[in-house]
Amino acid sequence: MSDRSLLRVENLTTQFEIPSKSFFKPPMQLTAVNNVSFDLSEGRTLGIVGESGCGKSTLGRSILRLLKSQKGRILWQGRNLLDLSDEEMRAARRDMQIIFQDPIASLDPRMTVGDIIAEPLTVFEPKLSKGERQARVREIMSSVGLVPEMINRYPHEFSGGQAQRIGIARAVVTRPKLIICDEPVSALDVSIQGQVITLLRKLRKEFGLTLIFISHDLSVVRLISDDVLVLYLGKVVEAGDCATVFDRPAHPYTQALFSAAPVPDPKLARNRQRIRLQGDPPSPLNPPPGCVFSPRCWKATEICRKEMPPTEQVRPRQSAACYHMDR
Amino acid sequence: MILNPAKRELLAAELLEAEGLSHKSRSLTGDALRRLSRNKAAVVAIIVLVLLILAAFLGPYLIPFGYEEPDWAAFRMPPDMESGHYFGTDPNGRDLLARVLYGTRVSLAVAATATSVSVVIGVLYGAISGYIGGRLDAIMMRFVDIMYALPYILFVILLMVVFGRNVYLLFAAIGALEWLTMARIVRGQTLSIKQREFIEAARASGQKPFKIILKHIIPNLVGPVVIFAALTVPEIIATESFLSYLGFGVQEPLTSLGTLIAEGTDAMESMPWLLIFPACFLVALLMSLLFIGDGLRDAFDPKDR
Amino acid sequence: MQQETKNDTLLELRDYSITFATPDGEVKAVSNVNLSIRRGERVAIVGESGSGKSQTFLGVMGLLAKNGRTSGQALLEGKDLLALKPRELDRLRGKDMAMVFQDPMTALNPSLRISRQLTEQLEVHRGFTARAASAEALDMLKRVGIPDPSRRFNLYPHELSGGMRQRIVIAMALLTKPKLLIADEPTTALDVTIQAQILDLFNDLTAEMNTALVMITHDLGVVAGLADRVAVMYAGRIVEEAPVDELFEVPAHPYTAALHASIPRPDQDVDQLAVIPGRPPNLQHLPKGCSFSPRCPMVQNDCIDVSPKLEVLAERHSAACFHPFPRREEVLNNV
Repeated sequence: MSDRSLLRVENLTTQFEIPSKSFFKPPMQLTAVNNVSFDLSEGRTLGIVGESGCGKSTLGRSILRLLKSQKGRILWQGRNLLDLSDEEMRAARRDMQIIFQDPIASLDPRMTVGDIIAEPLTVFEPKLSKGERQARVREIMSSVGLVPEMINRYPHEFSGGQAQRIGIARAVVTRPKLIICDEPVSALDVSIQGQVITLLRKLRKEFGLTLIFISHDLSVVRLISDDVLVLYLGKVVEAGDCATVFDRPAHPYTQALFSAAPVPDPKLARNRQRIRLQGDPPSPLNPPPGCVFSPRCWKATEICRKEMPPTEQVRPRQSAACYHMDR
Repeated sequence: MILNPAKRELLAAELLEAEGLSHKSRSLTGDALRRLSRNKAAVVAIIVLVLLILAAFLGPYLIPFGYEEPDWAAFRMPPDMESGHYFGTDPNGRDLLARVLYGTRVSLAVAATATSVSVVIGVLYGAISGYIGGRLDAIMMRFVDIMYALPYILFVILLMVVFGRNVYLLFAAIGALEWLTMARIVRGQTLSIKQREFIEAARASGQKPFKIILKHIIPNLVGPVVIFAALTVPEIIATESFLSYLGFGVQEPLTSLGTLIAEGTDAMESMPWLLIFPACFLVALLMSLLFIGDGLRDAFDPKDR
Repeated sequence: MQQETKNDTLLELRDYSITFATPDGEVKAVSNVNLSIRRGERVAIVGESGSGKSQTFLGVMGLLAKNGRTSGQALLEGKDLLALKPRELDRLRGKDMAMVFQDPMTALNPSLRISRQLTEQLEVHRGFTARAASAEALDMLKRVGIPDPSRRFNLYPHELSGGMRQRIVIAMALLTKPKLLIADEPTTALDVTIQAQILDLFNDLTAEMNTALVMITHDLGVVAGLADRVAVMYAGRIVEEAPVDELFEVPAHPYTAALHASIPRPDQDVDQLAVIPGRPPNLQHLPKGCSFSPRCPMVQNDCIDVSPKLEVLAERHSAACFHPFPRREEVLNNV
């Protein structure tokens, strides 16, 4: 595992245009990802956590340039992806793949499983003969725990867990360097989640993958990630080494998030200090001035409501953006 | 608590073997066809249609009379078993059965060609417009809107005047107008398919846009396209009949169901059989196609799954 | 946290089963369930897909699909709900029992203002006048933690967030002062911080009103934070039933233990996560013996032939297994 930076994101901002309800008003800008920066080394796994509306899914898709309006820099192996032409970007996709949340929806219902998994091969290794391609597909199906004889079946014939394995097979068939996992287990049964996570860990080791793991489930993120980013309303409020951030959260939102996460231990559940957050997360269409978390923050003061706090180092391998963080 | 790892591996392997090899592969189209076969009205309609098609294409070889030679012995003759003119003859002594069968053949040919033209143009046009979106989509759809606004019959008449009366032109004219609705439908479907996650997955896999349209969007349009095509065929046949009735379509001695009905209407009082037989055939053809179209719509409806 | 329980049973399920008639044959979604719930008690029902956890209580509420049939008994304070005529069940359903679902829109009419939906409950089930109903409804909105309730009172459901809607549904459920509140995965679709708020709400309000709570969930974390007693269901049967502390400390049934060992935790680093092989059971092709046997790491020969019944292992702790995990006495002494 080297320390080489594989992916370096600098000041990434992604906006959406929302048509306004009235004829006379101009369309509104929704800033889903707001000035996000991080550095990911080869072989590491970065977890991205947050609740709905925080922009984590959008961030994942932005990195892969699956969306349109983006500003900032996405440095992939030295080159800025946002500068690439469509052709060059398509070629780069060989090394950057994605696994989706809804396993069955991400598979074309009219294609056989074999064709679905083979598609990246037809794009990036067009010289392969049909036989060679089939062999590669069968091989990868075995690796992910699918019976290769099912190669001619259709997606709707599979369960959620199996469908996710198909998605994973498709993502790794070209031996990419980076895989973005967008809530890959949220739609699965509890006992199946464990299977898929174990599979991801196994493939990570086998293929030397670098992962970005997006999830709202803190436990799963802790399990699989080395580093973590905590997002709130499109901004990174805290970042750092996973164990450090989880055990000693500095930002009030992170503290509230972990405090709210249910823990499968009745004694602990009874005795622990609970931070009860009031209210609902604000809408990304109407972000509060100053610190995005200030309306719900129990530590908020005047300056919090006026100006967004800068990101500061809390301790080695942990940083947060707060005027009143816990050190 | 520690689970026995060796036991766990063994069980896991066994379970993998057992998973899902029990039944035969079922594709979505297979499912739809199965559902269609359970729809009695549709099945009857398919049988009727097949019989009509067989009659139209093979029938003429089985009848001793041609569709254009007059039988000098039998002018204006009502249906008569002995003479072999089962449907009677027309004022020119031509056997009506032969003419009806031949006319059906022409009507079917028109419908098949016009539908094919409209499907191919309409699907490609609508899929490209819908997928690319933006300004190209806007321009392409405005063109469709303008074409829609043109009065149909006037357009056909203009074509006829410019290029002369030609059966092939008729096919082309009808096809050229039917593709508009197909394009609109396909564009609408494309817009909703475009949002689905597997399209995003295809883009993430580096697939080029045109390939995405061909491999992913168009195959997923099969349902609505087939249904619409099946329901358009009756409309095309009716249009052809109407044009022929007006004198713009098929020319003598070729005949179509429309022409026959036109002739029959003129002689309705004195020789009713000239109208009744072609009309029955036309009605049978149209109704069977409508029932099939309806059945296809039910068969492809995902809610039934 | 232990409720002061009078020793009377509120709801008792006796040999309760639910069968569905499907084109592919009969499917037994719930098999011979025996369960009692006392007044004010909080029971969690834990299971995954196909466990029957939701269907059990949909049947009790009379909300089964048309092709479903119940058998056995479901006694609410002695009255058999399954033997009631639909109209009587409706009356009881509104008054003494209430159910909250995962999707709040299941219970909310999108075209009516919430004021109307709330007051309707009171006018129909408790005979309030319109004015009194409004007052009581507003009060309940405050109690469920809706900020600025008088302003929100006249809104339509779509004008409120998911968390708010769930609060309103809870308000609706509690307005009739039911004796039993059934919650079916009420927080699964909500964000973590909102989930915590809603669970707190369940906790506080049911304690205040001494309402018995049945919490149906797949999330052991939710169970740990809320339940007094837990029933674990698998393939339509209860496979283990125990007080919550015991269930987590000394699980007897291998499924419970495996489930607990296979979930990651936010507060600890876990090196080896247990994996339960295979898939949730297909109710149409259940094995002859124990339904968990195909996936059980402890399976023995006798498990394959006969389906084990629920056996009492200790006071208030039972499990349906021929080879349950032994109880470790020293652990229990510290519970």
